[in-house]
Amino acid sequence: MSVMTSIPVAADTDLTTVPRRHPLRWLTGLLLLVVIGLLVADVATNPRFGWAVVWLYFQDVSIFHGLLTTLELTVICMAIGIVLAVALAVMRLSANPVVRTFAFGYVSFFRGTPVLVQLLFWFNLAALYPVISFGLPGVHLDANTLITPFMAAVLGLGLNEAAYMSEIVRAGILSVDHGQTEAAGALGLTRGQTLRRVVLPQAMRVIVPPTGNETIGMLKTTALVSVLAVHDLLYSSQIIYAKNFQTIPLLIVASLWYLVVTTVLGVGQYYLERRYARGNRTLPPTPLQRLRRLVGTHANVDRSLR
Amino acid sequence: MTITVNSRTTATAPSPAMVRAVGVRKSFGSNEVLQGIDLTVEQGEVVCLIGPSGSGKSTFLRCINHLERTDGGQLWVAGAPVGYELRGTRLHELKDRDVCRQRTGVGMVFQHFNLFPHMTVLENLMEAPVRALRQPKARVRERALGLLEKVGLAEKASAYPRSLSGGQQQRVAIARALCMEPRLMLFDEPTSALDPELVGDVLAVMRDLAASGMTMVVVTHEIGFARDVADRVAFFDGGRIVEIGPPAQVLGNPEHPRTREFLAAVR
Ligand SMILES: Nc1ncnc2c1ncn2[C@@H]1O[C@H](COP(=O)(O)OP(=O)(O)OP(=O)(O)O)[C@@H](O)[C@H]1O
Ligand SMILES: [Mg+2]
Repeated sequence: MSVMTSIPVAADTDLTTVPRRHPLRWLTGLLLLVVIGLLVADVATNPRFGWAVVWLYFQDVSIFHGLLTTLELTVICMAIGIVLAVALAVMRLSANPVVRTFAFGYVSFFRGTPVLVQLLFWFNLAALYPVISFGLPGVHLDANTLITPFMAAVLGLGLNEAAYMSEIVRAGILSVDHGQTEAAGALGLTRGQTLRRVVLPQAMRVIVPPTGNETIGMLKTTALVSVLAVHDLLYSSQIIYAKNFQTIPLLIVASLWYLVVTTVLGVGQYYLERRYARGNRTLPPTPLQRLRRLVGTHANVDRSLR
Repeated sequence: MTITVNSRTTATAPSPAMVRAVGVRKSFGSNEVLQGIDLTVEQGEVVCLIGPSGSGKSTFLRCINHLERTDGGQLWVAGAPVGYELRGTRLHELKDRDVCRQRTGVGMVFQHFNLFPHMTVLENLMEAPVRALRQPKARVRERALGLLEKVGLAEKASAYPRSLSGGQQQRVAIARALCMEPRLMLFDEPTSALDPELVGDVLAVMRDLAASGMTMVVVTHEIGFARDVADRVAFFDGGRIVEIGPPAQVLGNPEHPRTREFLAAVR
């Protein structure tokens, strides 16, 4: 420890500031770089990774179709999840205790059981209800033809997602100042109009970020449907490696595609969040804007240096 | 809960008064916040409500707009029972939609403005007339711009509320309420959340409004405003109106010791 001693300096002396050094920061950074370098070198040279096979199947048509099925499932299940979630969230805040309790029960049930088990239940619905009539006369549907693996997947993932999303939507609604509802009511807007026009748009700021995470989570969770033999991204690669035994390369292919899509979704989420933060605070520039500014202001920097 | 009305009251029902409160009661749990409020506000009259914190001023104001349900007594606005419909001698509670229709005739201005932050100033003004009254956009827009001009904020039409000062926001809130072309305006401490130098602009707008003949019920701590603008001042204490009359009497020469005490404290 050094003790500060004040040495009188004439007021007009030019003092230079010496920035603090960070030797430890440099050392840890360097160490990490070495470790990463070794890992990359190993992964690149280990023949069992089979990079040539990876590259080949990365562009395979059946893998591509699997990817489309995965995307389709993600979109449909999230759509079902979000629509039901808004309904459930509104029900949770209802004045009617029966409605409130129903919504609470729904959320508890679907959050309290593993989604894989739910998927298997839907898949085996025919064992419970061989014929589905929805209680209507004349309706006579065969459960085995109605509940295809894809349908079971949509039901299982969508209904489960609704439970999680409804908590997010509810938190969003509760985050909006009660004065907003009051002001809207005092202006004569109905409760529905108040929800749609005043509360939900403001709740979006709270709802959007976790919804992005949920979407990315959903994309990965759809991999579970491979147990129902839905031809999604994972199952498509499993079919291939069951034939050619290139297990690791094909798992890498699937992982790479998941990674590509989640990255794209992450970027989308970033911009969506900015959109819903409008009118709230000044936003930091996007990486793109930062780059443009950096390129654009070089002339100014030069001038100021002169 | 049903409120039965005797037939004599029914016969005189479309009363000329803008607000008529008879023995209005309201409780929150065991806390009786309004213990029988009697107040009549005539058309074009400006009534200021003053009184200590927690005396029930806001609650009474909110009852007039049915933001709170009353637990007893009668409350009429422009000849119609608030939140109810008179059928024969019975008052039937209104459906949500009809409550909303009733509220469109009453403008309300809050202490904390409660502007919609995700809408521009102009959108704030246009929202309710377009959605609740289903008026054509072009007409509403014209009226909204006219009102913004009146409150001195014509150039802020496309600004978002957060970029405005408190005083400007409150003037927008007044314009927003006026855009519904209400018969009655309620103000709940419209200047209490403002920096002292911004209070004047808001009060000036309210003075203009009073001069134009608008019926107003104003909860305020601005004794000067009450003295200049109010036709009558009502002093609330403990859920009752203990003293009511022209400002010169209630503010200048109060009879009730509680009023005197209160006025001495706020001066
Ligand atoms: N929603 C509510 N639930 C329970 N109690 C309430 C509620 N609203 C108001 N109160 C209580 O009612 C009483 C009267 O409140 P009110 O807001 O009408 O007073 P006020 O005269 O407007 O006071 P201030 O000058 O502080 O605004 C207070 O004791 C308050 O705690
Ligand atoms: Mg109050």
